[in-house]
Formats: sequence, C-alpha cells, structure tokens
Amino acid sequence: MRHRSLLVLTAVLTSGSLALTACGSRSNSSSNDSKGTTVTIGVDAPLSGANSATGLGILGGVKLAVADANKNKTVPGVTFQVKQYDDKAQPATGQQNATTLVADSSVLGVVGPLNSGVATQMQSVFNSANLVEISPSNTNPALTQGPNWGTGKKVRPYKTYFRTATTDVLQGAFAADYAYKTLKKKKIFVVDDKQTYGAGLAAIFKDKFTALGGTTVGTDHVNTGDTDFSTLVTKIKNSGADLLYYGGQYDESSLITKQLKATGTKIPLFGGDGMYSDTYITNAGASAAEGDLVTSVGVPVDTLSTAKDFIAGYKASGYKGDYQTYGGYSYDAATAIIKAIGTVVTNGTVPSDARSKIVDAVQKSDFNGVAGHVSFDQYGDTTNKQLTVYQVKSGKWVAVKTGTYTG
Amino acid sequence: MNTLPQQLANGLFLGSMYGLIAIGYTMVYGIVQLINFAHGEIFMTGGFGALTVYLALPSGTSMWVALPLMLIGGTLVAVLIATGAERFAYRPLRNAPRLAPLITAIGLSLALQEAVRNWYPQATSARVFPQINAGPWNIGSVNISSGDVFVIIAAPICMAALASFVRATRTGRAMQATAQDPDTAQLMGIDTNRVIVIAFAIGGLFAAVASLAYGLRYGQVKYDMGFQAGLKAFTAAVLGGIGNIYGAMLGGLVLGVAEALATAYIANIPGMGQFGGQGWASVWAFILLILVLLLRPQGLLGERVADRA
Repeated sequence: MRHRSLLVLTAVLTSGSLALTACGSRSNSSSNDSKGTTVTIGVDAPLSGANSATGLGILGGVKLAVADANKNKTVPGVTFQVKQYDDKAQPATGQQNATTLVADSSVLGVVGPLNSGVATQMQSVFNSANLVEISPSNTNPALTQGPNWGTGKKVRPYKTYFRTATTDVLQGAFAADYAYKTLKKKKIFVVDDKQTYGAGLAAIFKDKFTALGGTTVGTDHVNTGDTDFSTLVTKIKNSGADLLYYGGQYDESSLITKQLKATGTKIPLFGGDGMYSDTYITNAGASAAEGDLVTSVGVPVDTLSTAKDFIAGYKASGYKGDYQTYGGYSYDAATAIIKAIGTVVTNGTVPSDARSKIVDAVQKSDFNGVAGHVSFDQYGDTTNKQLTVYQVKSGKWVAVKTGTYTG
Repeated sequence: MNTLPQQLANGLFLGSMYGLIAIGYTMVYGIVQLINFAHGEIFMTGGFGALTVYLALPSGTSMWVALPLMLIGGTLVAVLIATGAERFAYRPLRNAPRLAPLITAIGLSLALQEAVRNWYPQATSARVFPQINAGPWNIGSVNISSGDVFVIIAAPICMAALASFVRATRTGRAMQATAQDPDTAQLMGIDTNRVIVIAFAIGGLFAAVASLAYGLRYGQVKYDMGFQAGLKAFTAAVLGGIGNIYGAMLGGLVLGVAEALATAYIANIPGMGQFGGQGWASVWAFILLILVLLLRPQGLLGERVADRA
C-alpha cells in the first residue's frame, strides 16, 4: 500500500517536472527566433501598505539597473525586463510570489524581499528551483548562517540566497557601541515588534549594550499594526531610561516616538535600518522625530562618487518615490544578476541549466557597484561591512558616523 | 512615581474612542439584528473625508477653524457611505437568511478598504493627519495631549445628545418601537425603513467623530485603520450588551481600561512576566470578554428592551 502510493507520487512528480522542463525549453527556443531573448528579473518587495516607501525604492533601484543594462547592451542579444510582485510585507504572500516566479521560465534571478521574515518563507522555494535570489536589505543573520549562528556553528542553509546588506550582528553591535561610547547612554528600554528582523536586532543590541556595561531597565513587545502605545510610553517614561531602542519598522516606531515625545519625555529613539526612511519623520512629525537615531547598512549613497550616475538616473527616471535606504543596494543586486547572466548566456542562447550556472556566477561576483564593492563570502553575505549612524536634525536624516564594524 | 492615574487616563481615552465606534454596531444590531462588519471601514472613510477637507482648505488655516469643517466633511462622507450601504447592500437582503447580509458586510468592508487604498492619493501607506498645536498639559501626575482632549470632550457630548434623542424625540421613540417589534411598529404607522436609515446615519456620525479623534491622537489615517479599531469596537459592543447604547459606551471604556491596565501591570505579577506588555494587550482584552460572557451572556448592561435602540 505504502509502496504503491509512493510509486504514484513519484510518477506524478516526474511527469510534472518533465512537463515543466518541456515548457521551459519550448519558450526559450521560440523567443530565440525573434530579435533576441527576453530575460526577466523578478522583484519581490512590499509595494503597498506597511513598509511600502522602502519597498518602492527597491523596485526603482532594480528598474534602473535593468534600464541601464538594456541601454548599454551589457549582455548582447538579451533584453531584460522587470516583473514586480507585491508581498505586502506578509511572509505567506512572499511565498506565493516566489512560487509564481519560479514557475516562470523566463525569470533568471530575483531581487528581494525587503523583510527578513518574508525571506525565511521564500528561500527554500528558490533553492529547490536553483533560482538565484539577492536581497538588498535582509539583515537577519540566520538567513545566511543558519539558525545556530549565535553559538558559532555557522552553516549556510541555501546556496541560492545572497544579500548586499550586512547582518544585524554587526548592525546591532555597531549601534550598541555608539549608544554606550559616543552618546554615553547607560539605561535603555528595549522594544521590538516580534518579527524575525526586529526581535533579532533588538536582542543583539541588548546583549552588546549590557556586555559593554549598560543596564536594561525594561523590555516590551508590540504587535505590527498597533497604533495606540499610550500605555507603553507611560511605562517607558517612568522607567528612567535615557534611551529607547526599537527593533522593527517605521510604521510602529514613528507612532511610538510621537506618543513618547507627547508625554514630555525627551529621550531619543534608536532603531535599525527598517526605520531609516523619510516616512518615519513625516509620520512622527519633525519635532517629535528630532534627535532620533538609526543605524543603516553601508554608507550614505549620496556621499559616494560612484553613486552620482545612479542618483541622477533615478531622479530622471520619474519612478514613484525616492530610492530610500536600499535603492543603491538593489541596483547592485540586480547588476550582480545581470553580470552573472552575461557569463552564462552567449549570443542570446539560454542554456537549459542557466539558473544553476547563474547561482555559481553570482557567487563569484566581483565588481564596484554604486554602494561599494560587490562580492560575497562563503555564506552569501556581502563583504562590504560598512555601517552608518543617522540622526534626525532639523527634520532630516543626517549621517553622524560611518565606519566598518567587524565585531 | 505612581503611574496608575496616567494608565487609567490612557485607558479612558482609548476606551472613549472604542465606545464611539461601538455605538454604530449596537444601534444597527438593535434594530435589524445585523452585525455591520463594514462599520470599521465607515469609520476609516470618515477619517479620509476629514483629511480631504483639511487638504482643500488654504494652508495655514487655524485648526480652530478647520476642525469643525473637518468634522462636517468626515461626517458627510461617513453618513453617506453608511446609508448608501444600507440602501444598496443590506436592504435588498432584509428578508434573506441571516448569513447573507453578514457576508455582504464583510465583502463591503474589503471593497471599501481596497477602494481607498487604490483611489485615494498616496493612501497605500499612512497619510499624515493635521494636529492641534497645543499642550501637552499636566493635571497632577496625568499628562494629556491635545488629541486626548478632543475625545474626552466629544464622547460625553455625543453620548448625552444620543440619549436625549432616543428618549425625547418622536423619531427616537419610533426607533425604540422598531427595535422592540418591527412588524407591530410598522402596523402602527412607523416608517421602519426611515428608522433603519437613521440608525445607520447615527452610526456613521459617531464613527466620523471617532475617526477625527483617531487622527488627532495618532497623527495619521490609514486605509486599514478600520479593521483593528472595528474589531475592538465590536468587542466593546458585545461586552456592554449588544443593542444597548449605554452598554456600547460602557463596554468601550471597560475594554480600554482593561487593555491599559493589562499592558502596564500584568508583567509585574511574579511569574507572569512573559504574558504582559503591549503585545499581549488584546489577548487580555478578549479574556475579559470571555469571562464576562460566561458570567453574563447578555453583556454588562444586558439588553433592556426599553432602552434598546
């Protein structure tokens, strides 16, 4: 009985995969007949709802990279197009999008997602299809170094997953270092949003801050989508903390800082790259956000000479919104995929095992991108480990410290 | 420093807002026994209506001038959508099985959310709502912001006005009669359709006031803000005894205070550390609801037929 069902299952799977391969080769050969091959770069990011300001920056960065590649004919015989998918920052939606992307044989690489929690649900889908995925923004360490990264047992779970952002291990520690040594803060209140990214970052910050000699006077967790934090800010106000650290996105943190400052409590809120968005300042109000801090991965794109063309190109493109935190990193992620495709596809002929060859080629990436040098270590992490602290000054994010943090 | 007065105040402000929205659920349920799940979205459209009025005013208009106009704009939108929903979505289903209008309400709620998200300019993420530039004030150890002042003044006024309307006017008495027995009321010459439309309109009006309070307190309106607020307000209506207007307000206040106290103090009970805090606030609120319903299935104020409207 068991054997028979196994047999049926195998038969179904085999015929299914045969059918899929057949589809794949057919569409490839048909597109060869026309002027050139069209290759799709997928984008998955929150394009509406929570986090969408940042998500649209990712989409814009990829669109610009693809437009540049088409204009400069980076890969002869290949025209690139972008297919965008909105994951609404929901892991389940991201997984559905990943499945759709994998099934489309013209997709040879994907940039995204924004959120680490979404990435956890997408990685295995891409891995089983050998489709390369480069996230410009995921910072949770477990994505590349396995769940036991904290104990030093680093194992790369998926060979198809890469990122151009550095990890929260460095980001959280960099922030704690800055809070303790530069800001001279001694008592912190730590809040997170219980998501993969936020909770992970807050825990790393807290551990490093206590290790440096600071004290944690309180911790709390919020639900994403909450709007009323009056009770929480009363607790923070009375805890005697001189700094509030928040692990999460700008949607909740902008409301927390607004409600905290409204009680007359003048302690700054310090957060991670998920908060580094102009929307944070608009939503909180410039006066409430004044003095708040974030760390973000990399160096500010607008200070880099390599990014001048990128910024000018972005402004001229008329894409919705600004390039935000990750636009430059998304441009680099897409470029890494495009360059890898260039090594695999010759004269517009896509080999049948293009996807797995592209994964190997991305691993060997080595070029200077708009946001710094692009290459990946054995875990798929970027070797660009620069971080920056930004602070709200007169209603704008201003870089106050840039550095490389190695532990 | 004793935080209890501040936490109680936080709970009261939040609860007053829940109560204002809950009135809409309870009025409609009292008369047509329909749970209008789209009411949270009517609340949301009220907020966007008020925002639209503000954006249409010349910039630099004083909030004291803008606020009444925003209230009128928000009310117009919310009442229009509430009565429109009644006329076109619920009335055709008046005699259909109970489940049909309920599912219609859920569908309408999704449709309104998506409509605002797609068609209102830049509404895919939160839109900034104007603020009253005053305060915060300190009364003893309690800190009150300008948004709180609005809700704490508006809620009792609205409540008192509604109570006297239901009790003292001809239409109010017609509502009570329809709630008690729609068929007999119709035989006595009451236009029940008109009464039902008025119930929806009053719900919309209260939702608009609540949405203004929401905007002023949190500084933003969002296409999905009605979901959570609507859920909590519905809970408040059930907690207070659905169908009873005083119960809705009381339920809102009890729910708000319970959430605030649970967030603030549960974590201090030894061994309960991980069950306290902001993340668990809703859990405790619903535990309270379950307990109340176990002991008093009709809700806190029951369903006194005489005041049902």
